[in-house]
Amino acid sequence: RASLPERGLLLLMVLVFLEGSVLPLGAASSPDVTHQANSDNHIVKEAGHNFTKKPFPVLSLDYHHIQAPFEISLWVLLASLMKLGFHLIPRLSGIVPESCLLIVVGLLVGGLIKLAGEQVPPVLDSRLFFLCLLPPIILDAGYFLPIRPFMENLGTILMFAVVGTLWNAFFVGGLLYAVCQIQPGNPSILHQLELLPCLLFGSIISAVDPVAVLAVFEEIHINELLHILVFGESLLNDAVTVVLYHLFEEYAGVGSVTVMDVFLGIISFLVVAVGGVLVGAIYGILAAFTSRFTSHTRVIEPLFVFVYSYMAYLSAEMFHLSGIMSLIACGAVMRPYVEANISHKSHTTIKYFLKMWSSVSETLIFIFLGVATVEGPHNWNWTFVTVTVILCLVARVIGVVGLTYVINKFRIVKLTTKDQFIVAYGGLRGAIAFSLGFLLNKDHFPLRDMFLTAIITVIFFTVFVQGMTIKPLVELLAVKKKQEAKRSINEEIHTQFLDHLLTGIEDICGHYGHHHWKDKLNRFNKKYVKKCLIAGERSKEPQLIAFYHKMEMKQAIELVESGGGVKLPSAMPSAVSMQNIQPKKLPPAKPAERALSNLPKGREEEIRKILRSNLQRTRQRLRSYNRHTLLADPYEDGLGDLLIKKQKMIELERKIKDMNNYLTVPAAPPDSPTMCRARLASDPQAYSMKPEPDSVPTIQVDLASPQSPDSVNLMDEFRRAEQQHEEDQGLMMKPPSGESGPKKPGEEDGSREHKLMRCLSDPGPSADEDEDEPFLP
Amino acid sequence: MGASQTRSEHKYQDLADKTGFSLEQITNLHKRFQQLSGNEDTLSRQNLDNIPALANNPIRNQIIEAFFDKRNQHQDEVGSFNEIGFEQFLMVMSHFRPPTLKTTEEEKEALRKEKLRFLFNMHDTDNDGTITLVEYRKVVEELLSKSGAIEQETAKAIADAAMLEVASTNVPDMAPDDFYEGITFEHFEQILKGLEMESRMHIRFLDVDTTTMRCGKSTS
Repeated sequence: RASLPERGLLLLMVLVFLEGSVLPLGAASSPDVTHQANSDNHIVKEAGHNFTKKPFPVLSLDYHHIQAPFEISLWVLLASLMKLGFHLIPRLSGIVPESCLLIVVGLLVGGLIKLAGEQVPPVLDSRLFFLCLLPPIILDAGYFLPIRPFMENLGTILMFAVVGTLWNAFFVGGLLYAVCQIQPGNPSILHQLELLPCLLFGSIISAVDPVAVLAVFEEIHINELLHILVFGESLLNDAVTVVLYHLFEEYAGVGSVTVMDVFLGIISFLVVAVGGVLVGAIYGILAAFTSRFTSHTRVIEPLFVFVYSYMAYLSAEMFHLSGIMSLIACGAVMRPYVEANISHKSHTTIKYFLKMWSSVSETLIFIFLGVATVEGPHNWNWTFVTVTVILCLVARVIGVVGLTYVINKFRIVKLTTKDQFIVAYGGLRGAIAFSLGFLLNKDHFPLRDMFLTAIITVIFFTVFVQGMTIKPLVELLAVKKKQEAKRSINEEIHTQFLDHLLTGIEDICGHYGHHHWKDKLNRFNKKYVKKCLIAGERSKEPQLIAFYHKMEMKQAIELVESGGGVKLPSAMPSAVSMQNIQPKKLPPAKPAERALSNLPKGREEEIRKILRSNLQRTRQRLRSYNRHTLLADPYEDGLGDLLIKKQKMIELERKIKDMNNYLTVPAAPPDSPTMCRARLASDPQAYSMKPEPDSVPTIQVDLASPQSPDSVNLMDEFRRAEQQHEEDQGLMMKPPSGESGPKKPGEEDGSREHKLMRCLSDPGPSADEDEDEPFLP
Repeated sequence: MGASQTRSEHKYQDLADKTGFSLEQITNLHKRFQQLSGNEDTLSRQNLDNIPALANNPIRNQIIEAFFDKRNQHQDEVGSFNEIGFEQFLMVMSHFRPPTLKTTEEEKEALRKEKLRFLFNMHDTDNDGTITLVEYRKVVEELLSKSGAIEQETAKAIADAAMLEVASTNVPDMAPDDFYEGITFEHFEQILKGLEMESRMHIRFLDVDTTTMRCGKSTS
C-alpha cells in the first residue's frame, strides 16, 4: 500500500517524460520522414538507375498522416492520466488544489519540450480555447446550474458582475496608467503605455474566471449562497468583458474615446448581454421541443442537447454576443423540459458526458497554461507586474466591500463580513484572461508581451496562493459549508408549501413581490409552456409528483443494484414500516399464514420466475427452491452436493415466503395516465402506484433484457397481499423480519444506504437543485 | 391632528415592541388592513376570501385559517377567532419577518422555532400536538389540489412516504407492533432542519408607502 503512491509518482514522471519526448518528436517528425524517404529513394536509385520501381514498403512510418489527431489524443491522454495520478496520491490532493498541480505539470511538459529544442505548439491558441476548450465547461455549469438560488440572488450577482467588473477594470487600468507615468526622470518602457491600452489591460485582468472558480470552489464545498454568488459573477461578467475588450481594442489605435463611444458601449453591453441570453433561450426551447419527439429514437437524445447548446454558443459568438451567457441560458432553459422527456439512460449519458468533457477540458486548460507560460513570449517588468498584482487585490477588496454595502440595503438576508471576505478572496483569474491577452495584436499593442507576463503572474498568484489558502481559511473562519443532506420528500413538500404560503401572505399584504411574480411565472409555465415542450402525460405532472416518482425510481434502481431484492427500499435503515404509521384497525395476521392462503402455487412460481430472471444476484439463490420439486440448476456449480443444497433451499424457502408477502409488483394497466414513464429500457413502461383492489396481486412485468438491471423499475411498490385489508393500501416497505434477505453482507448495507441517500438527494426534473455528484463518485 | 397622531404613534409603538415591526411598516400594514376590512375595525374570513389574487393559491384555506388561529397569537390560547383585529393581524404577519444582520445565533434559533411552530399549527388542525397521517395526507392533497386531476392515491402515497421518512428519521428502532402516533413538534423541527426556515420563511415588508402595485425588488 505504501508503494502505491510512490508508484503513482513514478508513473507520473514517466508519463511526463514520455509526453515531453513524443511531442517534440512529432513536431520534428516531418523533416525526418522526408529525410528517410529521400534516403530511400537514394538507395533505390543507386540500386537500379533505370528502374523507377521501389521495393515494396512492408513497414513505413508516416507520422505526418496522423499527426494532428495523434497529438490531440496524446494531450487528452496526458490530461486524463494526470487526473488519475493525482487521485492516487491521497495527501497531495488534499493540500494542493488540482489546478495548481496541473499547471505545474504543464510547466514541466513545456520545459521538456523547450529542452528538446523544439517549438512549443501554440496550445492556448485563442480559437482552440474559445471554441473547443471553454464550451464544455460552461455548458456543464449552465446545465446543472441551481436555478433557484441563482434567481433569488440574481440582483446581487448582477451587481457584482457588472458594476464590480467595471470598477475593477477602471481602477486597475487607471491607476496602472498613473503609476506608469510617474518617474519622469527615468524614462522607461512604461512611459509609452497609453491610457487606453492600460484600460484594456485592466478590463482583461479584472474578470473573474469561471474555470478557475469552478476548479477551486469544487474542492472546498462552501455553502450554496457563496458558491452561487462567486460562480454566477464569473459567468455573467463575460458580457462586460466582451464589450470592454472590444471597445478598448477598437479605440486604442485611435487613442481617444468620446462620449458617444461610451454611450454606444453601454448600448452594446445591453445588446451583448440580452442578445446572448435570447439566443441561448431560443436554442434551448428548440432543444426542448425536439426532445418531445424523441421517444422512438432514444439513442440520439443526448446528441440534441450537446449540439443545440454548442450551436447556441457559436451563434452568439458569430454576432460577437456573449457566448457564455448564451450557453448558460440554453442549458438552464432546456433542462427542465428535456429531462421530462428523455429516458433515464439518456439523462445519465448527458450527465456523464458533460462531466467528462468539462473535466478533461479543465485539465487541459490548466496544463496548457503551464505550457504557454514556459513558451512565453515574456517581457518581465518588475514595476508593472507587482503593481498589477497589488492593484488587482486591492480593487477586488474595495469593490466587494463597497458593493456589499449597497447591496445589503436591498437584500433581506444580508451578506456578512465573512461572506464578503470569501467573495473577495474567491475572485480568481484564469485562462480566459490569458487567451484574451494572447489575442491582442502586437502591432497595435507593442507592450503585449509585458501584458501577457503580467496576466500570467496574476493568474499564477490567484490560482496558487489564493487557491491553496482558501481551504484552510474557510476552515479557520468557520464559513458555513454546503449541506450534504439528501433532499427528502418532506423538504420537498415543505418547500412547495412555503412557496404557496409566502405567495399567499404577499397577496394578503397587498404588494407584488418576488414570490408573486415567481408564482405567476410558474403558472404560465404550467399552463402553456409545458404543454408545448413536454411530451405526453408528463406535461401535466405537478412538480411534487415528479419529484416523488424520481425518488421512487432511484429507490428501485438502488434496490436492484444492491442485488438483494429483499432489502427494504425505504430511505432509512430502520425497522419502521407502514404498519407503524397506519392506524391500527385490524390485528396483524401472521405473515406465513397469509402467504400460504393467498397465493396459489402457480402465482408463486410465476413470482419466482420473474424474480429469477430479473434480479441478477438473487438468481443463483432463487433456483431450485420450489419445495415440491427439485429443479436442477444448470448455473450453479457443484450439483453433486444435494444435501447442503436442500438445507439451503429450505432456508431460502422461508425467506422467499417472507418475500412473497411483501414483494409484489403491482399491476400496470396500460392506460394509466399519470405513470407512463418511458425512462427505462427504452420502452414506455407503465407502472402504477394504484394498489390493486383485489387481493391477489397481478404481476405484469416487462421482462426487459436481463443484462440491464435498470429494467426492473417496477420493484418500487410493495404491497401486503392481504385479503382483510379493506381500506386502501399505503406503501408497504417492510423488510422481512429476522434475517433479511438471502445475501446481505453487513458492510454492504452501509454503503448501500449511503448510495441510497445519494440517490434520494437527486431531486425531480423540475426541481431546482442540481445534481452535485462529483465526477468521480 | 397632533393629539391623535401621538396617540396612534403610541399605540403603534406598543405594537412595534411586541411584533418587531418598524413604525412605517405598521402604518403600511394598517392601511392594508383598512383596505381589506372595508374600513372596519375587524377582519373576517370573508374579507380575506375576497382577495382575488388568493384564488389561485392551493392552500388558501389553510392560510386564511392561520390568521384566525388563536395559537398563532402567542398567548397560549387555543381555538379560533371569528374576526380579528389589527393587533392579531400584525401578530400573524410578524412570523414572516426576516432576521437582520444584528440577529444573534440564539435569536435566529428562536426565530426558526417560531416560524416552524407557525407551520406546525397550520398542519395540526385538531390541535392535539401531533400531525397525524390523516392531517398530513390532507396537506399533500391540498398542495396538489390546483394541479389538475391527480389521483387520490398519489397524494396518499406521497404523504405516507413522507410520514414514513419522519418516523424512520426520528424513531429508527421501532418494533413492528409499535404505532407512530404522529409528527410531534420536535420531529417536525428535526426533519425541516435543513431548510433553514429563518432565512427562507419571510417576505419583504415595505417601509415606504405603497398602496399601488409595485414590482418588488427581488430579494437579493
